[in-house]
Amino acid sequence: MAEISDFSIFVHPAADGGAAMDLAVDGIHCAACMRAIEKGLSSEPGMRSARVNLANKRVRVEWQADQLSPERILDRMEAIGFRAYPFASDRIESAEKREEKRLLLCLAVAGFAGMNIMLLSVSVWAGNASDITPETRDFFHWLSALIAIPTAAYAGRPFFESAARALRQRALNMDVPISLGVILALGMSVVETLNHAEHAYFDSAVMLLFFLLIGRYLDQSMRRRTRSVATNLAALKGESAVKFVSDTEICKVPVAAIRVGDRVLVRPGERVSVDGVVIEGRSEIDASLVTGETRPVPAMIGTDVYAGTLNLSGTLQIKVRAAEAGTLLAEVQKLLERATVSRSAYVQIADRAARLYSPLVHASALLTFLGWMFVGIGWHDSLIIAITVLIITCPCALGLAVPAVQVVAAGALFRSRVLLGSGDALERFAQADTIVFDKTGTLTLPRSGVLNIAAVDPELADLAGRMALSSKHPLAQALAKALGANVPVSNATEEAGSGVRAEIDGESAFFGRPALAGLEQEAEALALAMPGASMIGVRIGVRAALFAIGQEIRPDAGQTLQILRENGYAIEILSGDHEAAVAEVAAALGVEHFASAMKPADKIARLEALQREGRKVLMIGDGLNDAPALAAAHVSLSPIHAAHIAQAAADALFIGDELAPVAAALDIARRARQAMIQNLWLAVIYNLLAVPLAIAGYVTPLIAALAMSGSSVLVTLNALKVGWRRKSA
Amino acid sequence: MNILVFLVPLALGLGLLGLAAFVWSMDSGQFDDLDGASHRVLSDADLPDRKP
Repeated sequence: MAEISDFSIFVHPAADGGAAMDLAVDGIHCAACMRAIEKGLSSEPGMRSARVNLANKRVRVEWQADQLSPERILDRMEAIGFRAYPFASDRIESAEKREEKRLLLCLAVAGFAGMNIMLLSVSVWAGNASDITPETRDFFHWLSALIAIPTAAYAGRPFFESAARALRQRALNMDVPISLGVILALGMSVVETLNHAEHAYFDSAVMLLFFLLIGRYLDQSMRRRTRSVATNLAALKGESAVKFVSDTEICKVPVAAIRVGDRVLVRPGERVSVDGVVIEGRSEIDASLVTGETRPVPAMIGTDVYAGTLNLSGTLQIKVRAAEAGTLLAEVQKLLERATVSRSAYVQIADRAARLYSPLVHASALLTFLGWMFVGIGWHDSLIIAITVLIITCPCALGLAVPAVQVVAAGALFRSRVLLGSGDALERFAQADTIVFDKTGTLTLPRSGVLNIAAVDPELADLAGRMALSSKHPLAQALAKALGANVPVSNATEEAGSGVRAEIDGESAFFGRPALAGLEQEAEALALAMPGASMIGVRIGVRAALFAIGQEIRPDAGQTLQILRENGYAIEILSGDHEAAVAEVAAALGVEHFASAMKPADKIARLEALQREGRKVLMIGDGLNDAPALAAAHVSLSPIHAAHIAQAAADALFIGDELAPVAAALDIARRARQAMIQNLWLAVIYNLLAVPLAIAGYVTPLIAALAMSGSSVLVTLNALKVGWRRKSA
Repeated sequence: MNILVFLVPLALGLGLLGLAAFVWSMDSGQFDDLDGASHRVLSDADLPDRKP
């Protein structure tokens, strides 16, 4: 059975018989990398163009379809020295990209229009102080109107649409007072221009839109960037499956190309990349990344298997199927739906502020109008002053207050290797006071390592690693990888099911089952101390050693948990693994509260109990069985290798072998929340100063312009603080 | 004030020109890779006497 790879799902046609493909690339960071890739790929015959995007760490290639194949391009990339994998950009990402582009266009229109209007406005202000004729002033005002009205109609759409959505749901958000302010400012200015008045507020309306669009655009571009990094990481995992294209023919295809009903072959040592049921073969599988259980479970015809499990001993044929009633997947999905619905709708700080703020603003404008009417200056003048109050209170600073902080914080999180999914997750991170960890794959590393490496003679360990290279057994492969071995021992032979024999420096050597290495008693003793581990023995002549292979605790887990405890977080472990294995990890990390053998529903029940106590829970987990709990928790975090369904349920992802990003995320989130609240107070103070002036009728367009830009700059500077302190720390 | 007859259209025209230039540069993908552009400017690969 010859095996070929098929990447056709990622290739899209280009003009004139060409084909194009997007590649996610690992490790591009300088001009030299860019040139190496572009030159290397362009020298390939049939290549039309290859262009690196450094910001997104991607390469776009276009080639003559009949002269080159995607496989050849990937091989070429590997020869150049970069790991690359094609991906199909998902719908969400392209939607985010379109939205980003739309906001940038709106921003550009508002910016250029604002410049032109300001040119006219400054002339009017200067003229009002000297000798402008009323005709010239009216002409300038009409010109401003000509620019401002179409601009607002175009660049104001993001706000008008969002305000309309909120009003339809009978709610108030920040965009309602913004839209109202812009529309009233324009309307009043037109009326004033008709009346040959001295002041018009066209510049205020457009400037307001410009500042607010900056906030929106930054927010959107950060979100899009996070998403593209996540897409890259997912693509670089290069998940593929070996699919039967006919009864005897197999083909390696990307997981994205697998459909329900396909038959897939999984060989020993390979990770299952699909959900399905075994239809042929018999094996043992390690389901620890799915259920948390570290002991291998037997698999035979009719056993359900899930993406992320590791096939240990025999070859399996799996039929791919969707979630069917009664499977773990179906149960998880049911719980997930319920958790998502029942999660109380969290109200963002900005929207809460808007709910308090909007009625206040509108009421003060109304009172101003009634007050002046009562004084008796006539309805026209009263209305003008009331609208000035609306314009001056229009939440320019308020609209920037929160997005500016979110953008800076998301950037700081990014540097701490945390990818934030949504802006409001930041606020929820800041509120968390209890952290619930999953054990397998979260507190421990997702791959196996040697647990007792310190107790083994380094020379023996080195030889054992080299002998392990000759074995196909997953445990031996894990050992070889963990020890960093890369030179196989010559004349080594594998005896299936027992181990590897070789001759080293005239001594007979054996690597494999502890009993065959004469280490049975030692293995039993070690197994008592390390209940989660599997044993491998090595004997070379008279020297012998035993390796305990298992999931290592993340290198800095103890330290990170210590920091979290010092910062006042309560910590718990909820694991699907058996009691002894969980107790061991809990003891090593000094965690008092833990529970083992938890089913997905048990985890949710525990989270709900904590929430009833008034705790805000941060759930950190990676398995399929954690997904409902991740969705049910106040806020959630997943390591990047997590099951797809868990990643989708989590609010943020963290990258790498360390647990430190968790502490960093919480720290940044707390500081960000603090900055948001400060910013909102700054906006309030600004209003306290400006509103009395407006109510008294002393505000001119010049004062409005100064106040607006001044407060926006102040709020933005305060937001930058979140990133600055991070660098000095 | 006759000078306004020239200056005002000129000012508006410059504004529109700026906007048009921005839209054009955005559509031609010049803002897609701001990090890469800052590196590319140092590269000699696009000089006429060398192979691109």
